[in-house]
Amino acid sequence: MYRYDEFDAAFVADRVAQFSDQVRRRLAGELTEDQFRPHRLMNGVYLQLHAYMLRIAVPYGTLAPRQMRKLAFIAREFDKGYGHFTTRQNLQFNWPALKDVPAILGHLAEVEMHAIQTSGNCIRNVTADHFAGAAADEIEDPRPYAEILRQWSSIHPEFTFLPRKFKLALTGAPRDRAAIQTHDIGYHVTRNAKGETGFVVYAGGGQGRTPMVAHKIREFVPVEELVAYTQAIVRVYNLDGRRDNKYKARIKILVHEMGLEKFKAAVEAEFAAMKPDELKLPQAEVERIRAYFAPPKLPPKPARSEALEARKAADGKFASFVEHNVTAHKTAGHGVVTISLKAIGAIPGDATAEQMEAVADLAETYGHDEIRVSHEQNLVLPHVALDDLPTVYDALAKHGLATANIGLISDIICCPGLDYCALATARSIPVAQRISEHFGEGARAKEIGAMKIKISGCINACGHHHVGHIGILGLERKGVETYQVTLGGSGDETCSIGDITGPGFSEQDIVGAIDTIVDTYVANRRDVSEDFLTAYRRLGMAPFKKALYERDTGADI
Amino acid sequence: MALYKNGAFVDDRWRALPEGEAAPVSGHAIFPFDWWREERGAFDGSNVPLGVRVEPGADLAEIAADIKRFSVIALVFPKFGDGRAFSLARLLRERYGYEGELRAVGEVLSDQIQLMQRCGFDAFEVTDAITEKALREGRIPGVAHFYQPSERKEVPVGSRPWTRAPG
Repeated sequence: MYRYDEFDAAFVADRVAQFSDQVRRRLAGELTEDQFRPHRLMNGVYLQLHAYMLRIAVPYGTLAPRQMRKLAFIAREFDKGYGHFTTRQNLQFNWPALKDVPAILGHLAEVEMHAIQTSGNCIRNVTADHFAGAAADEIEDPRPYAEILRQWSSIHPEFTFLPRKFKLALTGAPRDRAAIQTHDIGYHVTRNAKGETGFVVYAGGGQGRTPMVAHKIREFVPVEELVAYTQAIVRVYNLDGRRDNKYKARIKILVHEMGLEKFKAAVEAEFAAMKPDELKLPQAEVERIRAYFAPPKLPPKPARSEALEARKAADGKFASFVEHNVTAHKTAGHGVVTISLKAIGAIPGDATAEQMEAVADLAETYGHDEIRVSHEQNLVLPHVALDDLPTVYDALAKHGLATANIGLISDIICCPGLDYCALATARSIPVAQRISEHFGEGARAKEIGAMKIKISGCINACGHHHVGHIGILGLERKGVETYQVTLGGSGDETCSIGDITGPGFSEQDIVGAIDTIVDTYVANRRDVSEDFLTAYRRLGMAPFKKALYERDTGADI
Repeated sequence: MALYKNGAFVDDRWRALPEGEAAPVSGHAIFPFDWWREERGAFDGSNVPLGVRVEPGADLAEIAADIKRFSVIALVFPKFGDGRAFSLARLLRERYGYEGELRAVGEVLSDQIQLMQRCGFDAFEVTDAITEKALREGRIPGVAHFYQPSERKEVPVGSRPWTRAPG
């Protein structure tokens, strides 16, 4: 993974000193809260319902064990012993004191971490496929490009006061696991006819109160133009994006209001007029950064592991773990292990300090020192020998980390909701917990198969409900929480926004409504191989609507 | 209001010209953008020093032919959080080759000054008392390591393409 050189370390130290001074000036009254807010946000500090929240960047979701240990240390020392992994591959601490934040940032700097640009109207943490560098279906590891964009966008003088936040995501495989079409810019690694690497460019995606799937704005940007092209897009946005209404300030609204063709033309004109070579990415620099992401030297192994097969035959729970939580690796005899942070009834994305340390131990011993955070709020050990899986599984189980539910109905994305968040209109965590408990990880969950439920506690959609196969949006109506349901959303390469079923459901009825949707799907699918999303796209809303809203009407006849 | 330029507060020889008022014969007036477009003909062949004030949202192309004619271009930050003038400044320096004074006006705060300098601003109209005090004491908050090329004289660091240190 990327390692800081002296320059990077000095930059982060500068930034910690700069922010410490801003905190000091705020406390001395030299900065008003209005003036201080953007600085605090651009250093990851939010003011939440009960306390400050500190959001720490995990660039493209890649973590080293020593970094994970440091997060565990901070959780214990400055928080309540746990942290929360987010849908942007970051980590949030919910209970730090403002006065401790400079000290926490100092601790993070020791392990080459920071909280820079995890909030604010700037270019945010760059995200990428959590299986990058490991997945069997990958064209190329997108992380070197994510790192290049991360560096270039750090305290960018022109783009630090954009109309609104700006999110970039990259993926290097045909299968989009990074939800790039829901981002302000999404880059999809591709190869042109000559075999050269480049990117398909998507822009104008976003969720929030006006969800939009990104538009493809260019078929191919060569690697050497990646940064220049990004600058062209962001400059057009900075100059022309709306600033009169924060809910209409994202680039998706600009693309929508300008019209796609006009927007594309503006970006192309800007790109064509740029100084030709200033931001051209030298091949040597790409190679230099890529070297940091060189795949670990995995020993040659047979594709079939006898140790794994023997344990599978003897232990159904283990077999289930392998089936759901282990993905094909590009190297024979190895697997990509997803560690569920969705134990049945748990808070999605939360991990205790002990769990963080357990994962760090496993990564060191069995995982070539790599950990990933997924936008689906799980952790990943990307390089594990199949022979080691029984041992890894046992260690995970000891820490409550062996739930075999990846991609199943209880693998729920969920925002913090009204339990923590100042913006929330309803609780989301308890709903996730009840759905998880209702369906469990047993036969029923397996019968249902692939299912992504995503829950947001307000219209800002941090829980990605618009792109959930089943999306749940918590709202408040006359002082009562009510939950609106959408069906058929997807964040992958077939990205779509879910359709609203109809009137919302009370907190009491929401689990029953999900149950009805699931039963309707199971009853109507062609066979078990037709997953929920495929079935919904074939069937449409009608049978679900009927089941949800007409089931009681017969009683009076 | 005080004008900060080249590391010191200096006398401001320029006056913001109200819309509709004729420019003084001696020049040194900063025209509102629209007023300049109406009045430009009056200055054909003249070499008196002129300035223009550009609000965010203005289209620089409309004054493209005049840009090198100006001695001062004032870019407005209506609120410190409105970052459009950062892009306008870079366009003026890079695209239009403007080499005169580029002045930040409006809500100019100490924490933004380094960013402004890196985008090509070299003069700052300061109204915020705390910012003025900081500048008088020689304090411009910021960092000393940069990841992008800028419009300011900076020195490359190491062999990485865009790492820079203050010049």
